[in-house]
Amino acid sequence: MSKQINVALVGNPNTGKTSVFNNLTGLNQKVGNYPGITVEKKEAVIKLSRNLKAHILDLPGTYSLNATSLDENVVIELLLNKNDKDYPDVVVVVSDIENLKRNLLLFTQIKDLGLPTILAINMADRMDRKGIQLDIDLLEKRLNTKVNLISARKNEGFDALKQSISAYQNISLEPCLDASSIDKTYFESLQKAYPDQDLYKLWLVITQDVNFGKTNRNRISSESGFKPKSDSEIKQLQQKETIKRYQFINNTLKETLTKDLALATGLRAKIDRLLIHKVWGYVIFLSILFLIFQTIYDWSTYPMDLIDETFLVLSEFVKDNFPAGMLSDLISEGVIPGIGGIVIFVPQIAFLFLFISILEETGYMSRVVFLMDRVMRKFGMSGKSVVPLVSGTACAIPAVMAARNIESWKERLVTILVVPFTTCSARLPVYLIIISLVIPNERWLGLFNYQGITLMLLYLLGFGTAVASGWLASKMLKIDFKSYFVVEMPDYKLPIFKNVVYTVVEKTKSFVFGAGKIILAISIILWVLASYGPTDKFDNADDIVKSSTDLSRVTDEELETEISSFKLKHSYIGYAGKAIEPIVTPLGYDWKIGIAIISSFAAREVFVGTLATIYSVGNEDEQTIKSRMSAETNPILGGPLFTFASGISLLLFYAFAMQCMSTLAIVKKETGTWKWPLVQLFGMSGFAYVVALIAFQALK
Amino acid sequence: MTTIASLKKGQRAIIGEMNSEEIPLKLLEMGCLPGNEVELIQVAPFKDPLYLNINDTFLSIRKDTARLINVELIEDE
Repeated sequence: MSKQINVALVGNPNTGKTSVFNNLTGLNQKVGNYPGITVEKKEAVIKLSRNLKAHILDLPGTYSLNATSLDENVVIELLLNKNDKDYPDVVVVVSDIENLKRNLLLFTQIKDLGLPTILAINMADRMDRKGIQLDIDLLEKRLNTKVNLISARKNEGFDALKQSISAYQNISLEPCLDASSIDKTYFESLQKAYPDQDLYKLWLVITQDVNFGKTNRNRISSESGFKPKSDSEIKQLQQKETIKRYQFINNTLKETLTKDLALATGLRAKIDRLLIHKVWGYVIFLSILFLIFQTIYDWSTYPMDLIDETFLVLSEFVKDNFPAGMLSDLISEGVIPGIGGIVIFVPQIAFLFLFISILEETGYMSRVVFLMDRVMRKFGMSGKSVVPLVSGTACAIPAVMAARNIESWKERLVTILVVPFTTCSARLPVYLIIISLVIPNERWLGLFNYQGITLMLLYLLGFGTAVASGWLASKMLKIDFKSYFVVEMPDYKLPIFKNVVYTVVEKTKSFVFGAGKIILAISIILWVLASYGPTDKFDNADDIVKSSTDLSRVTDEELETEISSFKLKHSYIGYAGKAIEPIVTPLGYDWKIGIAIISSFAAREVFVGTLATIYSVGNEDEQTIKSRMSAETNPILGGPLFTFASGISLLLFYAFAMQCMSTLAIVKKETGTWKWPLVQLFGMSGFAYVVALIAFQALK
Repeated sequence: MTTIASLKKGQRAIIGEMNSEEIPLKLLEMGCLPGNEVELIQVAPFKDPLYLNINDTFLSIRKDTARLINVELIEDE
């Protein structure tokens, strides 16, 4: 029988903890969420020796055990809860050689919890270059533990680290700091009130509540003989604790660490001078963004076409080889296109996160946050909201996922709420066809094409609305969540390829299996609504169309499209379109556009395809749909249906309305509740309706 | 009273007593402690946030926070 131990990986952000985890575990990691919150949980089981296995848990990065964010809270909740199934037998604190001093703060706190704690010093390969020397033996003595030098980049030192983990029982549990030295009388009375409890753990429970606003402190303070302190006194004690720990750390490092200052290079200063320059900084940032989005558009086209093609072939295959009937239809027309509708987003998501993780790995992202914070704060967001907002122009789904980096829950929520206003690529086909219908293809001042100007205005409108509604949302949301803007500016580094790949795979998987389920379900529902009708007109569509058409004058193909058009009109969705006609008429639309709007819920670009089916165009060739659309007449007002007024109204509706189920699904996943996606659905669509109404009534 | 917010680019100072409760603990944890040295590396466009080197840790904080931390300037010889 082999034994399995729990190992927790803890460390400051930017210490390469994730690379260490990747190197320790390889590809057999499991990524999930902590129950009830959307903090990522990464774990893996590895073999240490013939009869010892280790369950390794990668805890979120934190600077100390004084949690201020959800991520950090996960770490302390686990370390304080002996009954948790993941409660570690041994903790590995990952630190990086250049910031050893700061990293040791967390180390001493964890060691003082009475857990065997190993110190793994990462990036040891940089020691020579940076002129750093470390007396490991003495450091082990002072810290009373095992110290391992490792390099995730060079994959060095991991065997020794695994050995240290296996031998965890030999590690001393002696604390670094005598907790009662922080405030003698207070800690003595605390210990008296709870004689069986570990003193430092008690203290952490108390400070945790002050930091994080939980209520179980009442339970502690109600004990007899113990006089609790006020929040502000506790905060002062926390400051005192931090200072005392740093005294210990400074003394320890004075004996063990030497740094040759002459070797500390000026690379950071040189790159910074350019990247955060008050003019060049923005120019470079915008150029990088521009490049990224060009590349995402360009590169994604090929795999997306391929995916489209593959799923079409797959559908055909099922249709041809399965016995005809409901099941075959469901699979070939409902399930397969539904799955295709999920997979089609994968290229864009993968490419976006490829670039984001490269920017993060190099240390550039912190500079962007620094450059943009002042501007974004005006709109209730943080410097870190820039990436999601800009990513939204490709697709709102990866953009909502990219908001995870924002520590403050309020700023993150605001960002998630407003991101869908930015013009995503699915709106583009809709915009293009309507613009070509209602905006004259002429030049203004002989220079600028009106159609081009309109498209640009729509993009600006989307971005402007996102920012403005961010301001509004931050005023309306009453969330008091403590989080501070303290952003580390890491050294510039070359990205580690392995980490980039892991990030891309992880984000893609979390989209496909998280939001994918909901998308699949809704697309199947939409398919059923479009493929069945409440009356026998739907079932007898073939006969009705054939008997009313002069069969000698149409080709088989024309007959086919005529039938599917008739079917759609008499399907559930067709009747739904007619039912909402009174609602959409004031906006200048008819029931056919109503159907297209409903089915846009699967994806906005479906608008064009749906109109093609209703108008029985047969193929989606833009010219044919266009000529067919411009021939449509308005049933009430007479005259052409697509006028300047109704066109603008439709453009505005598509710019503002929340009509993408995939976005709703991902927002549900990221916020953990249906509340926010519903706020978006009704808030954005209501706003879209009002604006489109005003536009049509004013312009008609 | 001199605070981090009143430093000029390139100026260095020693952090003094830190009494305000509003100073995020995170800042202390990153080495922003009485007696340690702080240097203003760069100010963001629009004058906020500030880019600091505190005790060999590089970080950026908003001006509101910087105003809470008293410092004593190190005069250049």
